[in-house]
Amino acid sequence: MSTESMAWPSTTAESRPFIDQLHEWATTVDHKRLGILYIVYALVFLVIGGIEATVIRIQLIRPHNNFVSPQVFNRMFTMHGTTMIFFVVMPVLFGFANYLIPLMIGARDMAFPRLNAFSFWMTAFGGLLLYFSLVGANGLYGAGNAPDVGWFAYAPLTSQTFSLGHSTDFWTLALLVSGFGSIGTAINIVATILCLRCPGMTLAKMPLFAWLNLVMAGLVILAVSPLTAAQIRSLAEQLALHDVCLHEYFHRLLRSIDIGAISTPEKIQTADWPA
Amino acid sequence: MQSRGSTKWHPRGSQILVCVCCTAAAFADPAPPLSPTNIFAPASTPAKSIFGLSLFVLAVTGAIFLIVFTLLLYSVVKFRKRKSDDGREPPQVYGSNQVELAWTIIPILIVLALFMATARVIASVQKQARLDNAIEVVAIGHQFWWEYRYPGFGVVTANELHVPVSDSHHPTPTFIKLLSADTDHSFWVPRLAGKTDLIPNHPNSMWIDPHEAGVYLGQCAQYCGTQHAKMLLRVYVQPRADFDRWIQGQRQSATESSAASQGQRIFETTSCIKCHTVAGTVANGHFGPDLTHLMSRETIAAGAAKNTPENLRQWILNPDAIKPGSLMPAMQLSDQDLDALTAYLGTLR
Repeated sequence: MSTESMAWPSTTAESRPFIDQLHEWATTVDHKRLGILYIVYALVFLVIGGIEATVIRIQLIRPHNNFVSPQVFNRMFTMHGTTMIFFVVMPVLFGFANYLIPLMIGARDMAFPRLNAFSFWMTAFGGLLLYFSLVGANGLYGAGNAPDVGWFAYAPLTSQTFSLGHSTDFWTLALLVSGFGSIGTAINIVATILCLRCPGMTLAKMPLFAWLNLVMAGLVILAVSPLTAAQIRSLAEQLALHDVCLHEYFHRLLRSIDIGAISTPEKIQTADWPA
Repeated sequence: MQSRGSTKWHPRGSQILVCVCCTAAAFADPAPPLSPTNIFAPASTPAKSIFGLSLFVLAVTGAIFLIVFTLLLYSVVKFRKRKSDDGREPPQVYGSNQVELAWTIIPILIVLALFMATARVIASVQKQARLDNAIEVVAIGHQFWWEYRYPGFGVVTANELHVPVSDSHHPTPTFIKLLSADTDHSFWVPRLAGKTDLIPNHPNSMWIDPHEAGVYLGQCAQYCGTQHAKMLLRVYVQPRADFDRWIQGQRQSATESSAASQGQRIFETTSCIKCHTVAGTVANGHFGPDLTHLMSRETIAAGAAKNTPENLRQWILNPDAIKPGSLMPAMQLSDQDLDALTAYLGTLR
């Protein structure tokens, strides 16, 4: 065979065009690469969340300060809290888990590599959706509509009566999207640790970090699933899909999560109050 | 600092002296007056129970801190690297059933103790039986002001709560039922009680029995919208006689005064009456605070500004100047109308 017809393109990292390297990062399912992607993503959002925290601090440095208006300040602490929890801390934890757990337990990769990639990109796009609210969807507050309902977004403040515009929708949808990513990664971690340990590594012999991540992933599944359910409920209310029997049931079930109490304007009757 | 490359910092005498002087200066001022929101100076039984519990928790966690920190310091100092070390690893001892059991069981017991103490305080605060002579108040949270109704006395007021002093021998506590007209709020007067939320369609209740007369400040503690930060609480604790006199004053309807009738005409023909109530007139709105005895209050806009004619005028001219985002609209009144209206409101004692 002649060498010319068998000439493969050189596959060393330095010689590949940049677009190919980018493509490889964008389509990777390798746990180490995804771990790096998670952590870099979290660092970027750490800076953005830090800027929001600095705005809060400057506003609070003196009494009666007016560095930002109340409306902007409310957006700042909402976005800071949401960003830091869902797009900094959780991606950092998942990033370290993704990178280190297969190495620590002697597995070749995570249990579901493509779910891993899917989860990362869901989290990433959730964050981008949340920040798109700053520029997109004209609401009554003018250009941009970042959520200003607190990072916990209790109803009824989030209902259409008290939060005009689409700020709550952005918050809910962004966290819905990123929540699916979190659940996917958590399932992945649990499956990897329970099923892919190398022979001879019982759970009792596993490194402590792997144990930590097993418990953390379990907690994420337990916590993010009701959050997702409550957000679907919140979306339903935003779209004014009131269902009477569901209303009472969910009112009791989800009250303590992120829907404080569902209250519609017609139910508020001042005449019934005593005296 | 030394420049010889030694890594130990030996504080020089002058540096120690500076540290001591700064610390002494910090404590040299005469004690400042007690802050009206000081959580370390409870003035009512619920606040006192919580304070006592917090001291217990502080003692337990402080003890844990001291033990752990002492062990840490000891290990760091005793086993630091010395010049005579040859870099060998110490024997790798794995596991010890006694130690692991100890550091599992003892923390569980500590958590149990903390849990029991906390549960006891919660039960004692929440299960307080109502006394016959207790004052009943219904507090309704609005965006961004507080409405207070005294069902037993037929009084409706806003933003400034008056309660009688409660003597520990003959207690006259005040039981507050918490309702909300719109979003979640939270009633928090740190010196009197913990936070209790006001949730729409879900009445909550709390109680206070202040032992000392005075003004107690607080604020809304559940984010409720743009002006959550200026939804302040003022609780005036008065001797019983003063409290009864205040109640009598609040029960009167507004006195008609001919001198301010032009202001009253403006009040009644502009949409003021759609939101505000002035007892004894046609004004019968429920969206804004009751103004029957506006001048009996020290502040306006739920504590956002002092109740002076200038502030009142500014508030009516443009509420957003004092409390941007408050739900009262700017009424677009002319200067003469504003003056007349402010004069009329000045008669609402």
